[in-house]
Amino acid sequence: MKVLFFAGLRELMGESVIELDIDTSLTVAELKTLIRLPTGESLASWSQSQSLLAAVDQAMGSDATVVDPGAEVAFFPPVTGG
Amino acid sequence: MYRRISIQSADFSLDQTLDRLKQHSGSPGGVCFFVGTVRDTNLDEQVSGLFLEHYPGMTEAQLARILDAAEQRWPLAGAEVVHRIGALQPGDNIVLVAVAAAHRGEAFQACEMIMDYLKTQATFWKKEQAASGDRWLDARISDQTKLTDWDAGGVDF
Repeated sequence: MKVLFFAGLRELMGESVIELDIDTSLTVAELKTLIRLPTGESLASWSQSQSLLAAVDQAMGSDATVVDPGAEVAFFPPVTGG
Repeated sequence: MYRRISIQSADFSLDQTLDRLKQHSGSPGGVCFFVGTVRDTNLDEQVSGLFLEHYPGMTEAQLARILDAAEQRWPLAGAEVVHRIGALQPGDNIVLVAVAAAHRGEAFQACEMIMDYLKTQATFWKKEQAASGDRWLDARISDQTKLTDWDAGGVDF
């Protein structure tokens, strides 16, 4: 599973993409508990105090969205284009 | 409906967009333009530059979904959305939304709706170079509120 990070979160993670070896489907909320920031804190814990959006296969998702093992997931702060 | 979506580092030309819209939309009657530019002051500080990042692939998909929603809501003849990425200076163009329709009402409304959705749904992020240092901009709650109004007005996104 490919997980991408953008903007401030990309800088915080220190990487723009990671590959996770996951062979079953899980929810975005579950995935957030498996990803850790360089500080050791989980993304799930961090996102309790920070605004965080998720996309699954390039469409906006929520904590309940199901992610298949081959999916492309992205996490990022609220968007600020325009 | 004629449509064109472009994410690019180069500047854009309003004249070329107008020519394309007239050429591909069959003499639509009216074209409404919105152009967003880099401000020189934000949060009471001088801004010296802006960096724009995006999510390649998803950004184009989101913009296509926004145009789908606009097309469902109004009878439109054509639309172009151009958004720049990379390093920009104060005064530079950032975004262009142009909508062609038979009458101005639809063109004005669809142009505003497309911009409102772009601000909250299109995967772009701005990092500003200000006097106190570089900072990622925060999303505005007022931008999110506008979507609720469109949703109540029959926009299906």
